[in-house]
Amino acid sequence: MYEFLVDLLGNNIAAFFVAASLPLFLFILPYALFAVLAERKVSAHMQDRLGPMRTGFHGILQTIADIFKLIQKENIRSSQTDKILFNTAPYLVFMGSFAAFAALPFSSWFMGTSIDVGLFYFLAISSFVVAGILMAGWSSNNKYSLLGAMRSVSQIISYEIPTAIIVLTMVMITGSLNLDTISDQQTSSFWNWYIFGGAELGLGKFLLIPLMLASFIIIFISTLAEVNRTPFDIPEAESELVAGFFTEYSGMKFAMFFLAEYANMLAVSFLVTVLFFGGYHSPIGYLGNSFGIEWLVPMEQFLWFSTKGLTFVFVQMWLRWTLPRLRVDQLMTVCWKYLIPYSVAILLLVGLITLI
Amino acid sequence: MKQYFKNTFDALWTVLVGMKITFRHLFVPSVTIQYPEVKPVMPDRARNRLFVNMDDCIGCDQCARACPVNCISIETIKATPDDSPGQTSQGKKKALWVTKFDIDIAKCCFCSLCVYPCPTECIEMTKVYEFSEFERNDLVYNFATLTANEVEDKQKKFDVFMAEKEAAKLAAAKAKAEKLKKEAEEKKKDNPESKSEE
Repeated sequence: MYEFLVDLLGNNIAAFFVAASLPLFLFILPYALFAVLAERKVSAHMQDRLGPMRTGFHGILQTIADIFKLIQKENIRSSQTDKILFNTAPYLVFMGSFAAFAALPFSSWFMGTSIDVGLFYFLAISSFVVAGILMAGWSSNNKYSLLGAMRSVSQIISYEIPTAIIVLTMVMITGSLNLDTISDQQTSSFWNWYIFGGAELGLGKFLLIPLMLASFIIIFISTLAEVNRTPFDIPEAESELVAGFFTEYSGMKFAMFFLAEYANMLAVSFLVTVLFFGGYHSPIGYLGNSFGIEWLVPMEQFLWFSTKGLTFVFVQMWLRWTLPRLRVDQLMTVCWKYLIPYSVAILLLVGLITLI
Repeated sequence: MKQYFKNTFDALWTVLVGMKITFRHLFVPSVTIQYPEVKPVMPDRARNRLFVNMDDCIGCDQCARACPVNCISIETIKATPDDSPGQTSQGKKKALWVTKFDIDIAKCCFCSLCVYPCPTECIEMTKVYEFSEFERNDLVYNFATLTANEVEDKQKKFDVFMAEKEAAKLAAAKAKAEKLKKEAEEKKKDNPESKSEE
């Protein structure tokens, strides 16, 4: 991809920028539009309703209409806000969540940047969101915003620990931080996925399977908390805090928070996919390989990757409409008393197993 | 320690139970009615917009008196014998011209109390429920079928009739008085001594 763009543009830097921003415009923005609609449709059908039905066939144009409405809206800023922080915060959150996609391998051919510290970069850039949220909450000069931001920050920072420990476990197994390499290690069959203990056959693989299942559940829960989704949505808690840290925002800035949330959902789903479910690799083999059509393979890989990612996004939505919100103390109990001990135990056990 | 693992298991298990329920509901047919295209079926005894069948109305004013919010106002003029309003569909003779039959549906509380006393069953609750208006005055429904000219005409006729009647009555009274007077005079002539008369 990158080499192709270098050939096309004749310039390394231009090719780099194009390669890094292509996922955003080709995939993430359409996805965000789709996901907002999907959320509404899924929630509606889970509650035996229909959801949006007016705009287009079964309301498929609803989000586009919403975006146009939000673009047209006046940007309201109350006079007592901290102007600079207030205006920067949505860009920071938006950037933080969308920059994470640059390191994700969408297919063997289509990847923002194949950096060797991909996993580390992903964790670092996605915690950038915390700063944006805190800025938004603080600068709004609104008690609900500030409470929401404080809750959000405490929650994200707490839940980053189990995430990081599980990621560390995975790094111990894979021996790489490059997401592309990690995906490549799980190629050719679903039996090689890390949820089933990885490609290396032996006693270690079978010992790893239960641990991998547990660590998948832990990382799924903790990333769910990191993206502020129900049941961990206390930062936004509509019934308590109006809308949490983005109460004071309107128009396009509100839309940026909104889209960032959905982009974040997809980013963490992709992370889970890459770590445990083979990344862009097909579980059953490729049509392109069996028919000898080489250009079909990356397309299929892209399809598999987005399918896996969107499945986890669907599970996140499914959980949202199943579970009630946790209390703050329950939230902390789940993290500090359950997830962290379990993840540390998994880290130790996996360390022992990799020694075998 | 045992409790700790039990808690973990319970948490995961109950989440899965809940997820199973919501997933099942994903495929349950929705209860939403696509309202303007699909209208809900109203129950048989639904009480919505009032309707008055003016062909049957005899102007008895019972519905207006039954109304707890005074949203019905009726004015009538008595019919003259030469200009009858006709009969109701059940063959009852109408005796009044209903010149005004206004229902202010904005005031109506849909209690249906006006329906029960109606002797000809001409006022009823229909199943029409979409009657919002932009002007409040448009919510006052005029059911009276007579035009303003006709009302004036009926009023004039009634006035003339009453005047005639009055005149006839006066004449009759006069005649009667005269007759009595005559009789009395005649009696006086016959026996002028009697004082018990008059």
